Amino acid sequence: MTQVVDITKMHLSNFDRLVKETALSQPWLQKLRQSAIARFERTGFPTRREESWRHTNIDPIVRTHFELGSNQENPESEAAFETYTFGPDALVELVFINGQFSERLSKTGKLPHGVRVESLGRAVDADVVEKNLGQHARIESNPFVALNTGFVSDGALIYLPTGAKLDAPIHLLFISTGAAAPTVSHPRVLVVADNKVEATIVESYVGSGSYFTNGVTEIEVGEDCRIDHCKLQQEGPAAFHVATMQVRLGGQSRFVSHAANIGAKLSRNDLNVVLDGPYADATLNGLVIIGGDQHCDNHTLLHHEKPNCPSHELYKHVLDGKATGVFKGKIFVQKDAQKTDSKQTSKSLLLSDDAYMNSQPALEIYADDVKCTHGSTTGPVDDEAVFYLRSRGISLEAARHLLTYAFAADVTRRIRVVPVRRRLEDFLAAQHGLPQDLRITDLGSHDERAR
Amino acid sequence: MALLEVNDLHARIAAPGGREILKGVNLTINAGEIHAIMGKNGSGKSTLCQVLAGRETYEVTGGSVTFDGKDLLDMSVEERAREGVFLGFQYPVEIPGVTTSYFLKAAVNAIRKHRGEPELDAVSVLQLMKDKMQMLEMDSSFMNRAINEGFSGGEKKRNEVFQMSVVNPRLGLLDETDSGLDVDALRTIAAGVNKLHQQDAQRSILLVTHYQRLLNYVVPDVVHVMTDGRIVKTGDKDLALKLDTQGYDWVGEELAQLNASEK
Repeated sequence: MTQVVDITKMHLSNFDRLVKETALSQPWLQKLRQSAIARFERTGFPTRREESWRHTNIDPIVRTHFELGSNQENPESEAAFETYTFGPDALVELVFINGQFSERLSKTGKLPHGVRVESLGRAVDADVVEKNLGQHARIESNPFVALNTGFVSDGALIYLPTGAKLDAPIHLLFISTGAAAPTVSHPRVLVVADNKVEATIVESYVGSGSYFTNGVTEIEVGEDCRIDHCKLQQEGPAAFHVATMQVRLGGQSRFVSHAANIGAKLSRNDLNVVLDGPYADATLNGLVIIGGDQHCDNHTLLHHEKPNCPSHELYKHVLDGKATGVFKGKIFVQKDAQKTDSKQTSKSLLLSDDAYMNSQPALEIYADDVKCTHGSTTGPVDDEAVFYLRSRGISLEAARHLLTYAFAADVTRRIRVVPVRRRLEDFLAAQHGLPQDLRITDLGSHDERAR
Repeated sequence: MALLEVNDLHARIAAPGGREILKGVNLTINAGEIHAIMGKNGSGKSTLCQVLAGRETYEVTGGSVTFDGKDLLDMSVEERAREGVFLGFQYPVEIPGVTTSYFLKAAVNAIRKHRGEPELDAVSVLQLMKDKMQMLEMDSSFMNRAINEGFSGGEKKRNEVFQMSVVNPRLGLLDETDSGLDVDALRTIAAGVNKLHQQDAQRSILLVTHYQRLLNYVVPDVVHVMTDGRIVKTGDKDLALKLDTQGYDWVGEELAQLNASEK
């Protein structure tokens, strides 16, 4: 227990240092940060006694002494940039080193009138920031959000005014390096889309060494928008990754999220979407591919506030070694949210006897005219499918690889963002010794697959 | 010359206390012959096919199987396939996420490699598949669809015959490939099987079926009746006609009489 208190103090002393180092000209931000850090000081880190943290042991995070990382580039960050940059595939690419904006590595293209994609640290004066920052991801929701908010200093601002239609993805690349000593960063992303916006946003988290990424993303979407969001968590093998993404959707807006978790020793994602206008439509797809002693915990919440909203969710886990996966998918349907149509599917593939999956749906429904379904399966590679492939001459090993690839590709094939899909499928192909140049998955024809 | 020789084959479900299903099957198929096995549900017809293909849910408890002089039971599932045994499944498996074209390219090349033949490139495999699809009156979009995913029963069966024609086996075991097909589909599939048979005079086919209907289109050289895990009667195509009009009961009665007279 004293250890926990000490470490809370460690983060607090980091905070004191941050306050001294950064000139806070905006009183509202100063206030937000201070109340956030006060909140964190009161609550401390969550413990496994709390229901939502029951299956994730954050002791390794709590016990490590982290220092705030600097934006100093080094050969590792350079190599990570070369590997993970979208290059010409991105409309705009903002690159962050240990949570801080790197102007040198970033690419800012020509944007439609009024669109802003820039370092949050440099945009704090904007009204849209003051109006939205901390308003969606509330500091009360989770101690890690409070901690992030206490340290908010940089990240990305994406502002998309009414009618903005972007034809290529915005890529936010967060590179962490924990070479000398364990470092921590608290990246913050704020996305505000007015009405009739079409945009694709990709967040990539990568790095090397021992470090902790504590991210928060807030996405505020007006009416009649189409937002595609992808998150690629490919942190280094010794990294910790905790992140909350809070989304509010206005009427008739469609939000599609693809979240891939491959890296990090320990990762935890909270993805909360509020369907806050009639006919808003949310699709949350997730892919977790972990092995060794990795642990990944995904908590999702589809909060149906208004009537006539569909939501679809597909989370797939591939667990090898002694890896553990947690999926808790909650669907909350408010009294007024009649005609909600929500479907949740969780499928997990266990490649070893020591891998463990904990998958839990949770439905809380207060409306009486709704359709909510959920299904969950966990098991090894299907024997019958293996036999079918072998009976055509394909070896046992190749059959297992092919079926594991196909299991995961069932998520990747739904991704419309080409560089993301390509990166994941290349990763999968390499992992399973399959040729990269050969598209082995079909695009799918019916609507559910296109989501 | 015998391509397949099954001698006193016994097999049970591979589980503690698993029931014996094959109780001494004897069957010889010569190169180039078409055989049909008929029998009621539960007589062991499908199990025989699965055991020959190497399904591990069954345990062979006795007897032997030689394929082209080699011990088939000693081979893994994939080795049997590479040696030229093909099983057309009664219930083809849906495999979301893997396209038929990728799957068949992998299969064809695994078999070619085993035979010491050079692997085919994507273009050659594609051409091979296109030709076979045309023969079986299949839409070419089929290749890029996931294996059997969302297929109707008939489409799945057609896919089995298509796969057989692409991998070019020496022995095709077709397990109730005719069930669930309408007459038109049946004719197309039968034409495909016949063509495959004509292309190679050494190729053998074993048809497992409930009904004589298929045998109007694919005419067997030998017809067997299977009852309770054994082949109890063997004849020519007229046997199938008799079974179709008179059912299976007379076979049982004849057997009983035979047993009684032996005593």
